[in-house]
Amino acid sequence: MFSRREFLMATAALSAIAGPGLVGRWSQAAAQQSLTEDGLLDFDAFGNVTLVHITDIHAQLMPVYFREPSVNLGVGEVAGLPPHVTGADLLKLYNIEPGSPHAYALTSEDFSALAKTYGKMGGIDRIATIVKRIRAERGDNMLLLDGGDTWQGSYTSLQTKGQDMVEAFNALAPDAMTGHWEFTYGAERVQEIIDGLPFAFLGGNIYDAEWNEPAFEAYKMFDKGGVKVAVLGQAFPYTPIANPRWMFPNWSFGIREEDVVKNVEAARADGAELIVLLSHNGFDVDRALASRVSGIDVILTGHTHDALPEPVLVGKTLLIASGSHGKFVTRLDLEVQGGEMKGFRHRLIPVFSDVIAPDADMTALVADLRAPYEAELKRELATTESLLYRRGNFNGTFDDLICQALIDVREADIALSPGFRWGTSVLPGQKITVEDLHNACAMTYPAAYRSTMTGSTLKDILEDVADNLFNKDPYYQQGGDMVRVGGMGYTIDPNGSMGGRISGMTLLKSGEAIEPSKEYVVAGWASINEATEGPPIWEVVEDYLAKNPVVTLEENRSVTVAA
Amino acid sequence: MQKITMKLNRRQALTLSAGAAFAVVAGIRTVPAYASAEDTEKRIMEFTGGKTPESGKLTLTAPEIAENGNTVPISVNVESAMTGDDMVESVIILAEGNPNPEVATFNFTAMSGSAAATTRMRLAKTQNVIAVAKMADGSVFMDKKEVKVTIGGCGG
Repeated sequence: MFSRREFLMATAALSAIAGPGLVGRWSQAAAQQSLTEDGLLDFDAFGNVTLVHITDIHAQLMPVYFREPSVNLGVGEVAGLPPHVTGADLLKLYNIEPGSPHAYALTSEDFSALAKTYGKMGGIDRIATIVKRIRAERGDNMLLLDGGDTWQGSYTSLQTKGQDMVEAFNALAPDAMTGHWEFTYGAERVQEIIDGLPFAFLGGNIYDAEWNEPAFEAYKMFDKGGVKVAVLGQAFPYTPIANPRWMFPNWSFGIREEDVVKNVEAARADGAELIVLLSHNGFDVDRALASRVSGIDVILTGHTHDALPEPVLVGKTLLIASGSHGKFVTRLDLEVQGGEMKGFRHRLIPVFSDVIAPDADMTALVADLRAPYEAELKRELATTESLLYRRGNFNGTFDDLICQALIDVREADIALSPGFRWGTSVLPGQKITVEDLHNACAMTYPAAYRSTMTGSTLKDILEDVADNLFNKDPYYQQGGDMVRVGGMGYTIDPNGSMGGRISGMTLLKSGEAIEPSKEYVVAGWASINEATEGPPIWEVVEDYLAKNPVVTLEENRSVTVAA
Repeated sequence: MQKITMKLNRRQALTLSAGAAFAVVAGIRTVPAYASAEDTEKRIMEFTGGKTPESGKLTLTAPEIAENGNTVPISVNVESAMTGDDMVESVIILAEGNPNPEVATFNFTAMSGSAAATTRMRLAKTQNVIAVAKMADGSVFMDKKEVKVTIGGCGG
């Protein structure tokens, strides 16, 4: 056993230590280097095992614009800690030059301007180039691990029920994956895909709901570089709560910390020298888990879409956050000796699509997968004069547009749009295409309902979502962002407790306070209830754009965050 | 109204309200008869014969957030050799926020081999679930877990 001090010295030998929770000063040189493929991918190989991590790609086969959040609050013990550091604060924390390529990749600062300079990010063919290069360098000492939310989030993935992503990832040849939105294709389809996967689908926290016993493989052992590596899978614990349970009624989830403990012990007993948790818990849940469960060397985090340029160290566990939508690939080289992780070298590789050459085989495969839908994908619906984006705790302009469409087309007082963290950005001056719109709403329960709700029901909904996002105990957090609201303003105190965070609810069209007993007409989408009625949300937005071919959005000031 | 309320947990009632049905929400609000923490405390004292339970030995496993408040799976496990004085006599399960806090009592004997049990329970709302174990030597142990019943539907 090496002590924490020895561990830090081991890492210090690789890079200087920046401060509490930050294990290595991210190289300023990296942030300032000129953008070349070699500059991004040259890596002085280290140790005997390499982990490559991709997560939350949300079915983005092509390069995309994706604006990182400007507001991503942490509560309780994690307030102000990464990943709850955004914008200029993030640049300062990691010593990144404003306006640099990495500033563009990691923050929302000057996003529209920098997007024009540095271009789109991601693309599965660029990712294939990175994976092939590392594989060529490290041979059989490498594991490629996919953290899930892979099969959902685009027009083509919805049309093919995830098949396009399955084929692209099969070509990428990962060693294991876990899941979340995968399950929204329904149990039968998920099982059909898993039965045909040439790699493991892991989920130690997925149970058979009837028999209350494990339903999925919890972990898989790999022999890499003479090291026995156990990869444990942890699916999104609240899949049946955040998404429609009726689509997979026989599967039950949950954090199931006691099972993580059991599986870590079982893997060690099987001879594992390195324990990797491939997780879709969300960053704060994993940080809490790492502090409570010993014996996990690396947690590859997912779900909350955080991109961190350095690992976070909790006890002896390294937490890795690899972003979303294909923007980043993490390479983590590890030195493992005598059943102990002795040191690491890490890079969050930003996938600049104009810098990293596409892999020709993957480009051809993607073209084939998209060919039947190409005309529809390109169909232009409107022009936006404002930046359209989604990420952020309280609102995003793409959701403002969706809420406006719901109020207008469904003739409602108030609109509710779920606080999803997936969805790409459209730059000012660009056309909004069918592909762009579907990147913000392609999913299997899209019905745009119209109903009446009392003021007190609306408050209950806001309070409930706020408690899922801002509960001080991370184990009670579901990830996601605050439900987006159109037509109504409110004040939120994230540090409040359940039932006491929301105040000042106001109907914007009249300026009047929302009355608890009064009924309001509410339109929304993505209800988790079976048999919800209404047209798909993309039809509602398309109808609205047909009447409003130029989109200009004012800054949304309807949510006030109490200090 | 009472009957409808008992069939639906808070999550279902509110999610239904987001789609279609609203009478149910009103129903939930008229239920006055939730147990209080004091009632639960009183029941624990009856079970232990007035002894304040210690922590340790007993582990209660329950989900942090219920997927379906109508059938929440829970397990209890007590570390015990199940021989002589190191014997678990019984374990009581209580739900602090249900109309009636008593959920189940499990009685064990040496023939049980181990003191472990699993059951499913209905939870009317977010609340603490409490398990108390009574040992043959008269000692008592307690474990507690908050189980949240939520609307859901916006994570991701």
